[in-house]
Formats: sequence, structure tokens, C-alpha cells
Amino acid sequence: MQTVSQSLPGGARVAVRQAWLERGRSRLERLAVPVLLLAGWEVIARSGYLPPSLLPPPTAVLHALGDWTLGIDGTTQDYSGTWARHALSSTWRVLVGFGLAALAGIAIGTAIGWSRSVEKAIEPTLQMLRPIPPVSWIPLAIIWFGIADKPAIFLVFLGAFFPILMNTIHGVRTIDRNLVRAASMMGASERQLLWNVVVPAALPSISAGLRIAIGSAWMLTVTAEMVAVKSGVGYVLWDSYYFLRYDMVIAAMVSIGLLGYLSDWAIKGLMGRVLRWQRTTTVHGREG
Amino acid sequence: MAEIAIRNVTKTFHDRARARDILAVDTVNLTIADHDFVCLLGPSGCGKSTLLNMIAGFEKPSTGSIEVGGARVERPGADRGVVFQQPTLMPWLDVADNVAFHLKLKGVRRRGRREQAQSFIDLVGLTGFERHFPSELSGGMNQRVGIARALLMNPRVILMDEPFAALDAQTKMEMQEELVRIWERIRCTIVFVTHSVDEALVLGSRIAVMTRRPGRIRDDFAFDLPRPRDVTSPAFNDAKRRILSLIRDEAATARRAA
Repeated sequence: MQTVSQSLPGGARVAVRQAWLERGRSRLERLAVPVLLLAGWEVIARSGYLPPSLLPPPTAVLHALGDWTLGIDGTTQDYSGTWARHALSSTWRVLVGFGLAALAGIAIGTAIGWSRSVEKAIEPTLQMLRPIPPVSWIPLAIIWFGIADKPAIFLVFLGAFFPILMNTIHGVRTIDRNLVRAASMMGASERQLLWNVVVPAALPSISAGLRIAIGSAWMLTVTAEMVAVKSGVGYVLWDSYYFLRYDMVIAAMVSIGLLGYLSDWAIKGLMGRVLRWQRTTTVHGREG
Repeated sequence: MAEIAIRNVTKTFHDRARARDILAVDTVNLTIADHDFVCLLGPSGCGKSTLLNMIAGFEKPSTGSIEVGGARVERPGADRGVVFQQPTLMPWLDVADNVAFHLKLKGVRRRGRREQAQSFIDLVGLTGFERHFPSELSGGMNQRVGIARALLMNPRVILMDEPFAALDAQTKMEMQEELVRIWERIRCTIVFVTHSVDEALVLGSRIAVMTRRPGRIRDDFAFDLPRPRDVTSPAFNDAKRRILSLIRDEAATARRAA
């Protein structure tokens, strides 16, 4: 900023400063609503209008969250200082289920998008399975896999698989056919075509699928943990509900939101790196 | 020696919407010698691109046969480099990787790929742009990448489908001069499809004029005006007159038939 303003004439320097103030003001405007909401919540919760156990104030949630993560004063009893362990088990389930779904979704989606015969053989079956909500698989998941990581991973897989599959199919079907021609002109075998042309060309669409999928992965981990698993953030949430600890319920909700946000951010960052060819804007312009 | 032999080639497309067959290319016979620079000249939709696609192996002739270097064309292959109308580069690869794509498919290591690509990047005048993505370059620069990519395969034949059609007049002229320079240096066989009479006459060592659909070869002559060619010289204009009168004839016949 400074180097720019130094090289600018006086009038422009004022303009730069004004742009700065403008940006600061817009940041304040963004913060206003959340701050007001939190303050209002605090006031209502403390006013005695509602029993404090029904709507714990944000400060109590923060207190619970602090003790749950760092074990400050034991207000969360058995859960004091266990946040990392639970967050890790949830994250592990999300990662494994999501990873398997990504592998299967991209592989099967590419095959369906590329080959008419694979499409005819597999797609009708998958399209019939797709409308069944993953949550409705819970009973079968429990009787097949018992109560542990496996049913949760299975559900995460189901929830993440279809968005990745659909987006991969779409991406493969809409690639520029001339790229395929160009590659086969350069002597690409069918395998090389798929690996070196079709998948990279479909990546923007695949990446959209991955981002939708990570959202449903978290949704299903939490659901599975409420029902079929004895650890993880979702389990803590449901268990606290049984013990009427609504501050912990909200602390768990906040944690899930945070973890979901972080994993989406990680995927976005990763795809941004892989797809950096997409956002580069022209430096050398239209000179040619 | 005949580098490309096209024998009695016809191509019919099936128009599914109207349930009828369309004859796009009608009984073309053409023999192209080694080191020829043949321009296939014809109006839009005359089947010249279809003919080129059949030489490339993207499409199969309905009847007849095409041989390149004595071998029958069955599928696309690295012995026939194609430069497309649009640059058709892999948008996720930088210039050097696009030029060296053929080497990557052959399993050449990164270092070797970069080294070999460099000389072709220099040849088409893109030195310094090795790390740029296609989206960062202009249309003309991308088309140069497409040419470098075809040259790197060291193909027997280079097939070009109106590669300069989308460029502005000035860039087009530069690219034409450069292509001639490269052809004189490398001495490969080029088949160049165009609808521009001037372009065909600036580039070709031989001009094959095609009729309207169904495409037939109407005229076919060697054109050995010394290079660089003066587009205002009498010899250039004689040839241009010859082609234009042919086209006018053709249009008149078409009107009578209609």
C-alpha cells in the first residue's frame, strides 16, 4: 500500500486513504449484526425471562467450550479437557468416509461419463439408490457394522459419494472433445486419455462435488455419532442433551460448525492450488 | 514419393434429425508428395475439414482409402501432427508442458521433456513464456504453442485446419510468414485447410481448390512463386484470377442448379 501511495500524486493519495477508510467501515458493517445478535442473546438469557438451563447465555457456552477443550475448572465434568479426542475421532470418520467416497466417486463417475456401456450397466442402479436418504441406512449400518467407527464411515461414504459421482459425470460429459482429439493425435492410449486429459479437464466440476460432499460428510458423521457410536462431537452433543447440559449442546454445535468450516476451507485451498490455471488472469493481455 | 495418397474417398454423414444421408466429400483423389505444402482451398462447409479429419484419423472415410507414408490411416497417431482451428491446448498445463505433452505420453522424464520442448518454443518465438498458462496468452501466442506441439512430434505430416482464421489481419500475416520459415527449415509435408484465396497463395507450394458440398477437387496446381511472396506481383494476381474465376463459375452453376 505504502509504495503505491508514495508513487502517486497528492490527489490519488487521498483517494487511497479514502479507500482504506471505506474498507474499515465495510468491515464494521459486517460485524455489526453478529455482535448485536450475541449481545441480545446474552441479555435475554440473563434477564430471567427464560430458565437459564433452557437458553444458556453465550458466555456460559464459551465457558463450557473452554473447559471442554482445555480442562479449566471441570464444569463439563467427565468431558473436561476431552475436546481434542472427540474432535479427532469425528474428523477421522469424516476423512476416511470422504476419502473413500472421493476415490470411488471419481473413478466410477469418470467411467460412467466416458463409456456408454458402463453408463448403461451401472447408472440406472445408482440412480435408484441415490434418492434413498443416507440416514435411512442407519439400522442396516448398525446390524452390518456394529457400534464403532465403521457404521459412521459407511454413512459418511454414502452421503459424500453421490455428490462427487454426479459432479464427476457432469464434468466428464462436458469436456471439450477437441482436447481428447488433440491428445489422441499425440498418441495417447485410452488409459492415458482418461488419466492425462479427461480427469484434469473435469477437475473444476469434481472440485465442486468435493465441496458439497464435505458438507454432507460432517452432517452424517454427527448423525451417526448420535445413534451408533460412543465417541465424537456428535456423541457429546447427544449425551449432553440427555444430561440437560444445553451449554454443552451449543458448544458441540459450535465445534461442528468450526470443524466443518475448517475442512471446507482446506478443500477449497487444495483445489485452488490444483486449479490455479483457472484463475490466472491475463497479464500479457490481448496483444496478439 | 507419395507421402499422402487419397483414393476415391467419399464421406457421408447421417442427419438423424431429418433421417437422411448427406454427402460431404465426393470421390476425392489426391496424391501429395513429400515436402509439399498443399493448401486445400474451398468455401465454408465444403468438406475440406472433413477431408483433413479423415487424414488425421478422427473420422473414417465411407468409401475409399487414405494412406500416409505407405500405411493405411485407421486412427489418429503421432505421425500426423494436427494444428486445430482453436488452439486446443490443455488449459491446466503451462506452455512447456503443452508443447511436450507427446513426450509425457511416451514416458520421457520431466527434465528431458523441458529440454526438448525448449528448442520448439524458441522456434515459434515464445522464449520466456514457458511457464505461462494458455489463459495468460493471446490467441496468436496460443496458436504458436499448438504449432510447436505438432512440430515436436517430428511428424511425417502436419495437418492444419484454418489455424489462423480467428486471428487479426496483422497477426495472421506474421504467423503465415513464420510458418513458411519453419516449413523451409524443417521441410515436412503440410496440408493446410483455408477458405482464403490470399492465404492459400501466400503459403502453398500447391493449391487444391474444392467445390461446394459435396466437396470435390475442382482444380489442383503447383504454385512455385519464389518466397517471400509479393502479393501485388503479376504472377500472384494471375493465380488469384484463375482461382476467383473458378469460384465465380462454381457459384453460377450452383445458382442455375437451384
